[in-house]
Amino acid sequence: MTIAELIEKTNWKLDTPELDTSMEIEGAYCGDLLSWVMGKGQPGQAWITVQVHSNVIAVALLRDFACIIVAENANVTPEFINKFIEEEMILIESGLPEYETAKTLASLGI
Amino acid sequence: MEVVFHQDYVVERDDYASAGRVSSDIKRTLKKIGFSPKVMRRIAVASYESEINMLIHAWGGDITMDIFDDGTVKLVFKDPGPGIEDIEKALTPGWSTASEKARAMGFGAGMGLPNILRVSDEFDIQSGKDGTTLTLSFRSDV
Repeated sequence: MTIAELIEKTNWKLDTPELDTSMEIEGAYCGDLLSWVMGKGQPGQAWITVQVHSNVIAVALLRDFACIIVAENANVTPEFINKFIEEEMILIESGLPEYETAKTLASLGI
Repeated sequence: MEVVFHQDYVVERDDYASAGRVSSDIKRTLKKIGFSPKVMRRIAVASYESEINMLIHAWGGDITMDIFDDGTVKLVFKDPGPGIEDIEKALTPGWSTASEKARAMGFGAGMGLPNILRVSDEFDIQSGKDGTTLTLSFRSDV
């Protein structure tokens, strides 16, 4: 499933509509400890986290994630969003707990 | 073996906002040269973890990258920090001495050095009261 299809099916908030959403999502990874994510995440995955500081963007870029999905309504600031646009990484807010976010992805076949 | 590319980088003290900048630069350079995604990802994991370690445990430091004519990439991370008291413990997954500030940002999982060790082909760490030097090598088919 592509990022665009995910947004269409879930109505989750896409914070970076300027960016290309045609990329396929190849699974997902949940985690808030950055070294776990660096060590275990795989290219093309959607990363579900509650961390909302600029270091997550570096991890996502270095790990070649498809997108970051911020869960739990963690406080996403305009500066945070701008950094994603600058670095061309997709940012999505699910507005759901991490578990519910992951369940939704699984129910969609991701 | 001859060095065909050399680059120096600086990690600034307490610059949490830019953490990962050097690793991103390294990855961009390797991509331009034409390294395979698999090798780039191994180097990205190691460089990111090492860069973060310099930031959260030392006071920044210097990073050098040398690329050799056979495709080997050598990274040296040198910091003037307090040194690692017990290297064996530091290499144990889950062991961490990170500050509360670092932990709140998702650092300090105790997986940094174990991750680096796992992805590197050669790993050497020298640490004392004057600082720590970590030397890593990665073989590639470029």
